[in-house]
Amino acid sequence: MAVAVLDRRRTPRAGRKDKGKGQRHLQSLAFLIPGAVLLGAIVIYPAIQTVRYSFYNETATRAVGLANYKSLFSTADTLVALRNNVIWVIVFPFIVTVIGLVFAVLSERIRWATAFKTVIFLPIVFSVTASSLVFTQIFQLDPHVGVVNAVVQTVDDWIHPPGAYPLSAGETVSTIATYGVAPGPHGTLVSSKAVSAGDAVRLGLTGINADALTVLGARAARTPVASAGSITGLVWRDFSISNPSNITSVYADEDGFPNMRLALLKSDGSTAATTVTDASGLFRFSDVGAGRFHVEIQASNFQAGFSGTFWLGPQSITPTGNLSQTAQALLSVPLIDISMILAYLWIWAGFTMVLIAAGLAALDREALEAAHVDGASEWQTFRRVTMPMLAPVLTVVLVTMVINVLKIFDIVINLGADNSGPGGQASTLASDVYNYGFGGGVHTGLASALAVVLFILVVPAMLFNLKRIGGNK
Amino acid sequence: MTTATATPIASPAPAIPPDPGPKRTRSWISRFRPSRIVVNVVLGAIALFWLMPSLSMLIISFRPAGLFEISGWWKAFTTPSQLTLQNYKELFVGGNSTVLGGGVPSGLAPGSVLDSLRTSLEISIPATILVTLIASLTAYSLVFGRWRGRNIVFLTIVGLMVVPLQVALIPVASLYKDLGSAIGWNPFGTVSGVVMFHVAFGLPFGIFLMRNFFTGIPTALIEAGRIDGAGEWTLFRRVVIPLAVAAAASLAIFQFIWVWNDLLVALVFLGGSPHVPLTLFLYNQERTLAANFWIISTGSMVSIIVPLIVFLSFQRYFVRGMLAGAVK
Repeated sequence: MAVAVLDRRRTPRAGRKDKGKGQRHLQSLAFLIPGAVLLGAIVIYPAIQTVRYSFYNETATRAVGLANYKSLFSTADTLVALRNNVIWVIVFPFIVTVIGLVFAVLSERIRWATAFKTVIFLPIVFSVTASSLVFTQIFQLDPHVGVVNAVVQTVDDWIHPPGAYPLSAGETVSTIATYGVAPGPHGTLVSSKAVSAGDAVRLGLTGINADALTVLGARAARTPVASAGSITGLVWRDFSISNPSNITSVYADEDGFPNMRLALLKSDGSTAATTVTDASGLFRFSDVGAGRFHVEIQASNFQAGFSGTFWLGPQSITPTGNLSQTAQALLSVPLIDISMILAYLWIWAGFTMVLIAAGLAALDREALEAAHVDGASEWQTFRRVTMPMLAPVLTVVLVTMVINVLKIFDIVINLGADNSGPGGQASTLASDVYNYGFGGGVHTGLASALAVVLFILVVPAMLFNLKRIGGNK
Repeated sequence: MTTATATPIASPAPAIPPDPGPKRTRSWISRFRPSRIVVNVVLGAIALFWLMPSLSMLIISFRPAGLFEISGWWKAFTTPSQLTLQNYKELFVGGNSTVLGGGVPSGLAPGSVLDSLRTSLEISIPATILVTLIASLTAYSLVFGRWRGRNIVFLTIVGLMVVPLQVALIPVASLYKDLGSAIGWNPFGTVSGVVMFHVAFGLPFGIFLMRNFFTGIPTALIEAGRIDGAGEWTLFRRVVIPLAVAAAASLAIFQFIWVWNDLLVALVFLGGSPHVPLTLFLYNQERTLAANFWIISTGSMVSIIVPLIVFLSFQRYFVRGMLAGAVK
């Protein structure tokens, strides 16, 4: 047939007889062959085969009935994947559509709308793989490296300033209290003895990072001098290399603790005064009056600053720690899901924005103008005129995004990384099809059952399309 | 990428829906002056925010490898002197042992980033051409053919548009291997296996898009050609395709970027191959025990550059394809 076709490449001569109907028929049917072969061999036949495999065992050699489906809906590992699909479908399409709508509407009011849209749209052009890797870097645990934690740290330091003497791992205030102090409530240290005006107290601590002292410009500690009417004292690093076993005296090779925040507590526990130590660790509460007091080293001195949230971690943001394994699988919302959703919003907001903007551009401007002329406020116009006219577009966008996240895979295995394996807190149906189909511990039957479930979930969207497209051909 | 490019994002005239009509004037919505400054500031902040992730990756790719673990990329704003081409040089030319860790072949060796760039092209270009051609042929037959059941076939194709490719992976993998034992040609683990899979799964959308365009071509044009005795192939090549260049371009650009950015199909069919596309290169790098972020950031930039150029050159077509296929 190819030859016959080539013969007719030249411009047909006028008056030439039309070819037989049958031959034409065959020609246009022949056009279907490559598409039909590929769709048949790589889409339709394999899809049917997958349904068949889903009733077979892990090596697809023995029929097992509904066993794969039963285990899919009862084991925690696959329930986690199902739950994550539910989280994605509930949370993502709605938010991304709203963001797209807001961007589309707002960008109508700026002169640089095309530039704005290009910037927002750009991430769609990049592979989800590359974008995910951008976000692994953005969500890095160390606030010196990951920008999200760096921002959180800056804000946190501003709200709760970290102390000058953060305790290292495994330390508590009781491990550092050495002389004259004992642990008080809520991480404070309180002088062991009660003091009154005219007393000089020494509060010795050890096990505090020496680097901090250099940074703070600490000077050698001095024995505090008593002063009438005041309570004076010293907070110092109670460890002398020359006299390592003596903890009661102050030696010249011991440093004071500068900037230590102190409070003077009355006998009822309320605060009478506060002060801060000087470079030698000395302090003074003047004119304290009568009565007996305790000197408190405040807990904030030992508070570490924010050291990073593990945004890509499996920890749940819902309190499910005490529930059964199955309940945990169903009810936990791991932080990694939230982080992945944020990254995915960055990727897809441009898509929804452009689609909705196209819908806005196609709206009947006269209706909007009329509403305005009739005195409707901007919000009323948007709510009562724009939104109803835009509803079909929004539905299409929403459905498109639902289909998209049902099949969500790339971001899961890249950003979810260690949490994307079987039973991992980031895993989804699509990632489990890969895990059980091709990863370690292959289970063809289960992977096929997962694929079938995925397909069934897409069917409503398919019907929606058929109705929409088939209906208005 | 840092520049807010002024290239228009397709004055978003939907491809298939009707034309929005006369250019709209700056209308009712722009009359509310007080909020305009606020809107400009807010959208400006959002745009900067949206650029930040891409910008961070760009900067990291230009910072010395050792700095990644130590300080944030934003430090480059205060010390721009630390920016260097070292990472790119190491990936493209190699031989510089001072780059932290090393750990990836350079030049065009298997497993290098340039080899992956080539593999990505070897997959994307044939997959794009084949989808565009085969989808056009099928759509021609669906629109201008005279056989029965065209409607059913079309609806089937609309249905296939949303089928998750996960449903086909396992059987296709064994089908490929069966082909190997039956006729000695096993596409599993080869570029052609990946291409075939992409073409098959790109077809439903391609056929849908081309068919929608073809239905706008007057049937009288085809009938006249038929009366003049032109064969179907001639009509397809000489009449329909010249009219459908814009639609075919939309499909091709869309398909190219889609295939270029695929990870799953490559992972399944080329997982153990020495020649992998860029997405798989990045994935493999991330999965190594000591993930070298200088390779990941630089490799990401390499993987982005081709779709970025394609997109910026053919933005209008891409957006049109996307608007038409808002169902994939």
